[in-house]
Formats: sequence, C-alpha cells, structure tokens
Amino acid sequence: MAGINRHAKTMVATLVSNKRVGQYHQLILDVGGVVNDFRPGNFVAVAVGGDRSSMVLRRAFAISRISDRGAYGGTMEIIVAPHGSGSRWFCAQPEGSEIDVIAPLGQPFGIPTHPVNALLVGGGYGSAPLFGLAEILKDRGCTVDMILGASTAGKIYAPLEGKRAVNTLRIFTEDGSMGTAGRVTDPITELLAANRVDVIYSCGPMGMLKAISALTANTDVVHQCAVEESMACGVGICMTCVLPVADEAGVVTMKRSCIDGPVMDGALVQWDLVGQVLPVNE
Amino acid sequence: MSIDLSTTLGSAWFPAPVFTASGCASSGKELAQFFPLQEIGAVVTKSIMTKARHGRPTPRMAETPSGMLNSIGLQGPGIDAFLANDVPWLLEQKARVIVSIAGETVEEYSSLARKLRAVPGISAIEVNISCPNVENRGLVFACDPDAAHAVIDGVRRTLGGELPIIAKLSPDVTNIVEIAKIVVDAGADALALINTLLGMVINLDTMRPHLGGKTGGLSGPAIRPVAVRAIYQVHAAMPKVPILGMGGVATGRDALELILAGASGVSVGTASFGNPEAPIKVQRELAELLTARGFNSLREAIGFAHRVESQ
Ligand SMILES: Cc1cc2nc3c(=O)[nH]c(=O)nc-3n(C[C@H](O)[C@H](O)[C@H](O)COP(=O)(O)O)c2cc1C
Ligand code: FES
Repeated sequence: MAGINRHAKTMVATLVSNKRVGQYHQLILDVGGVVNDFRPGNFVAVAVGGDRSSMVLRRAFAISRISDRGAYGGTMEIIVAPHGSGSRWFCAQPEGSEIDVIAPLGQPFGIPTHPVNALLVGGGYGSAPLFGLAEILKDRGCTVDMILGASTAGKIYAPLEGKRAVNTLRIFTEDGSMGTAGRVTDPITELLAANRVDVIYSCGPMGMLKAISALTANTDVVHQCAVEESMACGVGICMTCVLPVADEAGVVTMKRSCIDGPVMDGALVQWDLVGQVLPVNE
Repeated sequence: MSIDLSTTLGSAWFPAPVFTASGCASSGKELAQFFPLQEIGAVVTKSIMTKARHGRPTPRMAETPSGMLNSIGLQGPGIDAFLANDVPWLLEQKARVIVSIAGETVEEYSSLARKLRAVPGISAIEVNISCPNVENRGLVFACDPDAAHAVIDGVRRTLGGELPIIAKLSPDVTNIVEIAKIVVDAGADALALINTLLGMVINLDTMRPHLGGKTGGLSGPAIRPVAVRAIYQVHAAMPKVPILGMGGVATGRDALELILAGASGVSVGTASFGNPEAPIKVQRELAELLTARGFNSLREAIGFAHRVESQ
C-alpha cells in the first residue's frame, strides 16, 4: 500500500488557455515535465477561490488530455462545467493565472496489452477523458467505438479533433436535439448482443455507470468505469468519497474513490448499496 | 537561528509541536508522498474501534463557509488489523505515533487500551470521547460528566502509569472547564481541544438534510475562535495540564494563536484536505513567527496570552 499518491506533485501551474466550448470550459494548464506521469483516468485537485478563499476544499477534475509538445514543456487539459461556486471561480480565471494544483491523482484506466474491441461511453462532460484514452487505445491497435449521451445537445462534449481517434462515434440525447433520441444503454445492448465488445470504458453520472454494469453482468465484457463521488481531499485522508466495493472473495468494504478509484471494476461496485449503511460483516 | 520547538504531552516528548489531527491523516501512508512524517511532532491516527466499521452512508461531506461538515462515522479496519499493518509502518518511517481510540461502551475503551498497552513504540493514546458521528448522540461521552469520568478512569486503570492519555473533548457542552477537570481527575495526562461542532446542512434541491447521516461535525477555520476560547478557558483553570490544540489551524499564525491561548502542541486537520503539505507548512511558519517575536523556544510561548504584566 505504500506508494499511495506516488506520482502526485503539488505545484503552481499557469493557465495557458481558457475557452468556452458549449456549456463547458476547456482549461489548459502548463504543468511541465511531470505530464509524462499522467495516465487517462487520473484526476487533478485544484485549490479554488484564491488566497483568502472561504472554500477550504479542493475541487477534483478528470484530466481529459495531455500534451508533451508545443511551446510549453507539458500541458494538461480539463473540461469544467461551471455549476458550483468553485468551478465557476475556476472558469472565470483569465489566461496567465497561477493555479494551485495537485496531480496526477487516482487510479487510471487499465490499458490492454493486445488489441481489443473497446467501447467508450461518456455521459455529459464525462466524455472528456475518453478522448485522450481513445488516442492511446488506437495506438495500441484497438478498435475504438464511442457512444456519448446527455439530456440535451448543449451538454454533449465532443471536440472535432477528438473524433479522429475513434473508429465510430454515435451521439444520443434524451430530447433528441442532437444525434439519436434515446439513451446510451440501447446501442450498448445491441453491441453486446452482437459480440462486438471486449472492454467498456465509461465515465459519467453514477446512474449511467450503474446501468452499464447491469448490462455487462454475467458477460465476459470488462467494464472499467470512472466513478464520481464528492471528494474533500482527493488524496485518501478524509474517507468522504467512499463506495461499497466487493473484493475478489466477495467481501464488501467501503473503498475510497480517490485512491482506490476513480477507475473501478464496474462488476465489483455494489451499485445498489451506494448511499446505504452497509451491513456489518463479522 | 534554529529555535527549540520541542514539546511534551504528559511524559511524552516530541521534537516538534505540530501534529496531524485524528481522522484527517488516515493512517499516515497517504501523506508520506507530501512530506517526511518524522519531521512533524507525531501522526495522530484516525480513531480506531475494536471491530472493523463501514461508517455512515454517503454523502459524507458538505463544504460550508470557511469549513466543512463531515459524517464519516469512524470507518476503519478495527484494532487488530490496525496494529498489524498501520502502526508498524509508521514506526518504520521513524514517525512518532499517537493512537486515537473510540468505543461504544466504557468497556470497549478499556479493552482497546489493553491491546495498546503491549505495543512498543507508541508515544501516547488519544481517547476520543467526543465523536459526534455516532448513531446515538447519547454516546458522546464527553457531553456527560459521569460517562467521561468512567471512560478515562477505565483506560487509566488498564494502562497503568506508562502511556500518556490525551482526552479529546467536545466543544458542544455548556462548561468545558468542568468536563476537563473531571477527565484530569480520572487520570488524563493531557487534553485534546477541540473536536468538531455538531451541525447540519439542508440541500435545496432535495429539500432534505444533505448528509447521509443527517448531522455532521463542523471543522475548519470557521471553528477556530471556538477552539481558541476553549483552550484559553481550560488553560486558565488548569495551567499545568498540557493541551493539544486543534480547530481550523491552516497557517503558522493560527497555530501560534492556539499556543498563546495555552496549547502545548497543535493538530492540523481540515487544512490537510486543502493542502496535504499543511502540517509541515504550519510548522515552518510557526518557527518563523516565534523567532520573529523573540521567543527562544516554543515553551516560552505556551499560554503567553495569560501573562500578568509585572509592572
Ligand atoms: C473528516 C474528518 C474526520 C475526523 N475524524 C476524527 C476521528 O476519527 N477522531 C477524532 O478524534 N477526531 C476526528 N475529527 C476531528 C478532528 O480531529 C479535529 O478535532 C477537528 O476537525 C477540528 O480541527 P480542524 O478544524 O483542523 O479540522 C475528524 C475531522 C474531520 C474533518
Ligand atoms: S477524497 Fe478524501 S479520502 Fe477520498
């Protein structure tokens, strides 16, 4: 267990770009050479509100993509929905601002050692880290199909350049304002039935992750999902971010989504027990 | 220039005065990436109970102005696994260790003390009689003078005279000095002040209490003045009893404030969530501030706010 947070660095990173993309902000931070330790699925914890902030907790964001080329030594991209006071502050920072960050944190997505058929499923801006993952899977010779879903068009995050990394991309909105009307679970059911999928990578709201886990139960399809639980520390010291997860022997304990996740095996997460008091196991 | 930062809590000596706060450093491993654990006074471990516990349901936290509410409910592996895995690892890192214990009954505290008596290398035991995150608030021993006495008395008898006992008290009482005197009478060598204050947040979307456990403990800078007041009152009443102060400490300035009020050492809790390097940062800043004010040692500053001017 030693080696928790082993790549994590505390640093002040310069915000080199802040662009609005639909309902989200694309923020790019200069983090230098440490970017080479970043893996898809890792997240960053950002201090918000400035020096005299009354917001005492960091905000966790998935790292969507990294680059080790260009004018800066290394940059990371994060996609932020400005819906709370911390994320609104972050999205309002001008380019050139110095941002206090800790990264990379958390368990990344597992990358297969040989080419497989990978299905990437993103809900809302949860799609962001999937594009960086897609590039890596493509480089490994995987077939990469992507399905994105959201309630409405404005909540779909699908950057043009990201589309190059995938073999197919399908979009579903509940109100039909973009792509096909419906939910992501319908096409997943079809793909599973057609034996077209070896691994599902998912990121998005908990309800979606739970639904996908139900579809992959009793199949050989591996489901790696990045969970979302509210985190107070991001580094494993507060125990607020826990989820009920079974081990290989079936014993359920509360795991920390920050250091044991955010990427977890969807088959082991006890979705029905989330938010419940666990029975005591003697 | 190096100022003497050493301090004592009962018979336990520490080379430095800043500690982690129980429940805010897990078992220490998670913080080791951010600073060498042996450089601070000690790692105070999360409160451990006899059996493994899952804790309370999520959501377990809510940020509040300059603070947060938590309702963890003492999730942990149980004393046996803790002693087998976590304590040896901390000692291997040359960190000093204060073990925090919590029980549901007077007997549970004593039986935890019995297990700890035999463990070499522990500096002190913090007895958490003030956790607000239990199903039955009646279990907050620190809110009841007789119960508080019974717990500390039981632990003292079981431990014998060796390991120092630090009794951790709740600020949610009418008269904290009264409870402090009772636990010192019962055999506590030192006091930890303060635990969190009981609070609640209502979620305006669901229009119900936000936390899964409904109520939670308030911590962070918002409670610092409460901590300073509690430490000041208790130190005034019992100047010889060492106090481990905590409550909203995020900077060296905050730590110095608690020390001037009467604390012999300071624990950093919630500030570590915002900055995992907070304990070592607070300690460095504290050393600078003490030096700048002309103190030759930390000891000279303890309770300095109580001094009587001679002329
Ligand atoms: C998430 C969390 C968990 C805590 N767990 C414990 C615990 O297990 N035992 C204990 O004695 N105090 C516990 N506390 C209380 C702290 O040790 C400390 O007394 C309190 O938070 C005030 O200090 P702070 O403002 O620096 O956090 C906990 C506090 C927080 C925020
Ligand atoms: S966010 Fe603190 S333990 Fe996971």
